[in-house]
Formats: sequence, structure tokens, C-alpha cells
Amino acid sequence: MGAKPTDAAPAFFSAEAIGGAFRAALVAAGLAFPILALRAEPDLNNQLVLLNRWPLLLWAAGIVFVGHLAAQIPHVGRILKWALFAGCTLVLVWILAGVANSNLPLRGKIALFTLIAASGFFGLLIAAPCAPGTPFHDFQKRARAFAGKIVGPIGIVALFAFPLVMLWTLGPGGSLKWINNYGVQILIYVMLGWGLNIVVGLAGLLDLGYVAFYAVGAYAYALLSTHFGLSFWLCLPLAGILAAFWGIILGFPVLRLRGDYLAIVTLAFGEIIRLVLINWTDVTNGNAGLSSIPRITFFGLPFTAADNGFAASFGLEFSPIHRNIFLFYLILCLALLTNVATLRLRRLPIGRAWEALREDEIACRSLGINTTSTKLTAFALGAMFGGFAGSFFAVRQGFVNPDSFTFLESATILAVVVLGGMGSQIGVALAAAAMIGGTEILRELDLLKAIFGPDFDPAQYRMLIFGFAMVAMMIWKPRGLVSSREPSIFLKTRKSVSASHVREGHG
Amino acid sequence: MRWRTNPLLGVEHLTMRFGGLVAINDLSFDVGRGDITALIGPNGAGKTTVFNCITGFYKPTEGRMAFARTGLADSNAVARLTASGGRFAGTPAGDLYMLERMPDHEIAWRARVARTFQNIRLFSGMTVLENLIVAQHNPLMRASGYSLLGVLGIGGYKTREREAVAKAEMWLERIGLIDRADDPAGELPYGAQRRLEIARAMCTDPVLLCLDEPAAGLNPRESAELNKLLRAIRDEDKTSVLLIEHDMSVVMEISDHVVVLDYGVKISDGTPTQVRNDPKVIAAYLGADDETENAEPSA
Repeated sequence: MGAKPTDAAPAFFSAEAIGGAFRAALVAAGLAFPILALRAEPDLNNQLVLLNRWPLLLWAAGIVFVGHLAAQIPHVGRILKWALFAGCTLVLVWILAGVANSNLPLRGKIALFTLIAASGFFGLLIAAPCAPGTPFHDFQKRARAFAGKIVGPIGIVALFAFPLVMLWTLGPGGSLKWINNYGVQILIYVMLGWGLNIVVGLAGLLDLGYVAFYAVGAYAYALLSTHFGLSFWLCLPLAGILAAFWGIILGFPVLRLRGDYLAIVTLAFGEIIRLVLINWTDVTNGNAGLSSIPRITFFGLPFTAADNGFAASFGLEFSPIHRNIFLFYLILCLALLTNVATLRLRRLPIGRAWEALREDEIACRSLGINTTSTKLTAFALGAMFGGFAGSFFAVRQGFVNPDSFTFLESATILAVVVLGGMGSQIGVALAAAAMIGGTEILRELDLLKAIFGPDFDPAQYRMLIFGFAMVAMMIWKPRGLVSSREPSIFLKTRKSVSASHVREGHG
Repeated sequence: MRWRTNPLLGVEHLTMRFGGLVAINDLSFDVGRGDITALIGPNGAGKTTVFNCITGFYKPTEGRMAFARTGLADSNAVARLTASGGRFAGTPAGDLYMLERMPDHEIAWRARVARTFQNIRLFSGMTVLENLIVAQHNPLMRASGYSLLGVLGIGGYKTREREAVAKAEMWLERIGLIDRADDPAGELPYGAQRRLEIARAMCTDPVLLCLDEPAAGLNPRESAELNKLLRAIRDEDKTSVLLIEHDMSVVMEISDHVVVLDYGVKISDGTPTQVRNDPKVIAAYLGADDETENAEPSA
């Protein structure tokens, strides 16, 4: 990024620059013509008529023309960065104003306001695009290193506090959405992302069928609990073992495959599992799915209004939020278990062998590493964590059917891993929060209604905005949010390895 | 003449065909224990194919490669092992391996044959130290209880890891890269990457070290350092060396035994002096007047 090299770019507003912009506008118009300029609509007689939308096409071409010209402005990169920075500051102020004007209880206002203000302004402070070399830039560097160190512990403390803070500030009714739709939902993807990270990020094996193990875990819990009455805590390890077993089953035939071929076979495997779930109606009940799966209990105490329920036993007033808070802590612990296991494995020979496998498989074999067992353990462990997450999914929903395990789900989990930066634990967590939380939050952006009119439904544009965000990421952060690799061991100083040296694996 | 009296590796009638192409044709030679053996020949003579067969990356079409890891190779024991169809025999004279029957990682880990590659294959995204620790995978794997104990933090893994780091440090001192231990391997200059690859191979505790053109792309000073390192590996680490090399200053100066290949066939075998004066070798390298022997000069 950064400012364009001034010697190479044509001078601002020269004939050359205008000509270039004009050509770009023509190309844009040509590309947009079939999409924007023409529209087929049924008329009163229900016959299709071709409408034209020339103004829209002109707008598109005009925007490209102006944008192309603007890109020639000297230091446009820095200007854009500062504009983005100013935009973020405005959004932060707008959020704070929203909190201050909201109808929350005063304690909630104060708590939320200080929390958002402190983290937001600290974030802005370290993200401000200062020129390198200035004293403030050095301060930023130190602050960033500090933030990198504390973000893990602070994040964990914040996550444990999150449901209680939400409950305290918003009450049982208002906090449900935040704990369930945001908290639990994001954490499921964090866990799945961390599980897949072992296979894709560390071992470098591209797996497009990860959702199959999620499905195995979910159905394992659903079937074992309904048919054999096994408790969740017993089913959880069983689901993990079953998923790991299927991971090995998948692993064996694909051991020799690499890259695109591996991706296609894993994709097919995911579809096979889903089709088996649909068609093996005797066991899985097909598309209708399995319902009335036993719900989660607090170590035996059900979350019901009954006398032997959780609320009554602890002298609390019954509220459905209790179950959701428990589910939140459950998935948080499962996700942290995945994280701790992965971090420890990375420092063991097996983890280093996974990373070595990603770097160069032939060199691994020349050093006596059994690549077969190394790949299989990666598949099995990744699948096991997917299985854990699957049984959590089943116990949370109380209902499973094959629709929850489509390829789109695999693609989302893979996108979380790739956007986070392959191999980086914190990056995957941030990417899950941004992707899942981001799409959720778009549903609520009433601000956009104020701009685009009351008919505007931001939720309709979720995928479009999401697509733009993906393209932007691939241009500016092609190796993900956290692209550097932390060494697993060091002699004197721990230095991150820049992404340019780290390979992405060959499959 | 140790390759006659105490052979470490006996290659017999090795043939490798790729479809219709015969890359190696009925090649037999011995590698002496404690020798530096050089495998030379013009481009395309089949030297790297021989390496790939010895280290298990290719399965030879025909031939036997008996590797006497410890002790003397006893021809009766070799014959018995060949007939039994097994890969390994612990004979009274020492451990014997049939390399052509073993997969590549077992050749590296059980028979203890390590190798480097013509186009360097380091783990470039891992640090220099990590490269040397990965090379000690198998003993560390055992120490970590195949990860089961290690992940729970029980057992003596920490101690073993410290020992592995100490060994890596020793090698980094020897190849002069101790100050760059925490840098990514991909960041090192070319010559240092070559040295690191040799050190990484040595960290697997090999009995035979196979080097595929270790001096390629090195300047004269680096070449001289390499000679010193290889001699030290032979004399101090008691590791035999088999190397493919084009740089005749390296070959003639350090090798005890030279095998010359041309078109997949052995054309000469002996001490450096013998080979240098062999008319067939001169013809193969410089091109003979004879129409049938118009091999290209070496690069």
C-alpha cells in the first residue's frame, strides 16, 4: 500500500491520467452493461419486458472515472488511510453517543461507555496511520507490541465476564441476543476454526469437507443420547472419538493426494456424509432430522422451572437465560480446550512435524518423519475438535438435520481460518468474530436506513458487503489478519517469521 | 581401499527404468565405512537417481542395496536376508538393512542414511533452530510419549528437548550460524542454507550422509569451508559421506574414493588419482574423438 510512486504515475490531471480514467470507465461500463443497464421485468400481462436503467450505468462508469482520477492524487494512500481513520473515529463516537442516549439503566450505560471508550480509543491510538520515523510512531510500535502481549489474557478474562456483564447491564431479556446470537454463535465458529486450523493452518492440508466431522459429532450425540440415554458428558468424548475415527477414514485414501485433488476429495467426503444422513432414514430420520434431543443440564440439574431445576436449586428466579449462559461457558471452555491443546501440540515434535510437512514434505521424509502418521494425526485431531463442536451444536439446538451441514458451512469455517491467517490462533478467533459477528450486526444497522431510505434492508446486502470485505482482505492482507508465524522454540529472542517465508502447504 | 575391506553400503546390479528410459543400468559399487565417496559424472549421468534409490525416494527396478549399519557386512548374512524377504537382520557381525525394501522415512530413521537435496529443501518458514529440532523428530517423539504424555506435560520431554537444543546449538556453532538461530531459514544467504541443510541432516545421527551437490553455487572461500566441514564429519563424527559433486576441487581434495557414472553405467571406480588418470573418464568429461562417446562436458 502507501502512496503511489510519484515518478511512475502520470501527473495529476494530465491528459494521460484523464485518458486512463476514461478507458477504465469504458471497461467498467462494458462489464456492468448486462447487469446494470438492462433489467427484465414482468409487465401487467405477465410478459417479460426489457427495461433500461441507463442512469445507473452512467453512475457506475462515473464512479470508476472519478475513482481512477482520484487514485492519481499525490499521497492518495495516506489520505485514504487518514480518511478511514477519521471514519472509524466517527463510528466510535456515534456508538458512544448511542450508548449514552440509550434507555439502558445508568450502571449499564456507564459500564458499556467506559468499556467501549477505553478499548476503542486505545485501538484508534495504535492504529493511527502515522508516518514511520516520527516519535509517535515509535510509541505506537511499543503500544502494539504491548497490545499483542495482553490481547490473549484480556480477551479470555473479557470472555468469561461477557455474559455476566451483559446480564447485569441489559437484564435477562435484552442480553439473550448478545449471549446467544453473538457469543455462542461466534464461539462455535472460533472452535471450528481452531480445529480446522490444525489441518489447514499447521499441516497445510486443504480440507473442504470439515463440516462432515461437525455432522458426525452432532449426530453422535443425538443418536447416543436418544437411543441409549447417555449423558452429554459421556457423549462428548464419544463424539470426539467417532469424529476422529472418521477423520482417519478420510485421511487414508487422500494421503497421496495434494493440493486441488485433496481439496476435491475432501469436498466429496463432506457431501457423502451429508447424503448418507439424508438417505439413511432408518437411523437418521432423513431430511426431517432428529428432534427432542435431551437438552443440556447443569451437571444433572435441568434448566427448567421445575422444583428440581437449576433456578429453584440455587434459589434464583427461573429464566431461560440461565441455560444460554451455561451454554456460553460450555462452548467457551471447549474452545479454550482446543486452543490450549493446539498451542501445546505446536511445541511438541508432532506439531513441528505438521508445520514441517506444510513447508516441505519431501524434506520431512528425508529426516525420518513418517508423513503418513503425521497427516493422519492432523486429520484425526482436527476432526475430533469438530466432533466436540458438533455435539455441542446438537445439545444447544435440541434438533439436528442435514441442512445444518452443507458445503457452505465448510466454506465458512475455511474462510475463518484463511482470513485469520493460517496457523494463527488469535487471528482465527478475530476472523470468526468479524465474520459471524459482522454478518449478524449488519442486520441491525439502522444507520444505513437513515442514509438509503426506510426501504433499505441491510441484511439483504450482507453477502455483498461480505464479498467486498473478502476482496479487500485478499488485496491488502492476502495472508490473513495475523500473517506472521510465531516460532515454536527460540534460543535467544523470539522473532516472528514473516509470511513471505512461510509456505501455505501444497495440500 | 576401505570400500573393499569394510564396505558400509554395497550397491549391486542397481537398475532404474522410467518407462523406456534406462536411467541406471546394472550399477554396482561399494561405499567404504569412514570414507568420503564421491559420485561424479557428466550431467544426466544418473547420479541423483542413484541417490534417490539409496534414500528410498525411488524404488529401484532391479538390484540390491545392502547396508551394514554396524559391523562388517557378511556376505552369507546378506544372502540369508535377501532370501528371507525381510528388510532388517541383526547378525552377530552387526545390523544389516536391505534399503531397496524400505520406505524413505525408515531408511532415514532406522538405517540412518541422511540426505540433502540438489535444490535446497529447508523448512524456510521455520527458524534455523526449529529446522534442527525437526530433524530430531523421532527421538523427541518417543520422549514426548508420542505426544500423549507431552500434551499433558508429564514425562521427561522437557529434558530431552533441552538436550536436542544443545545438540542443535553445537551444530550451529560448527557451521557458524549460532547468531542466526532465531531467524527464518528462508532468510539466510545461499551458502548458509547449504551448510544448514548439512547440519540438519547430521542432527538425525546418520551413519551415511548423502550430499547432492553440496558445493553448487558456493564461492571459493565457502567451498574451502565446506571441505573442512566434510572432513570433520568424517573424522570427528565418524559418519561416512557419499556425495555428488561437479566441483572437482572439492572432489579431488577430500574424497577417498571416486565412482564415475556416464549414461547410467559405471565407467571408473577408484582413488581420486586413479580416476583422474583414467582415459575413459577423460573421454567422458572432455569428449572423445570417438563418435560414440560424445558426452557433453560437465557444467
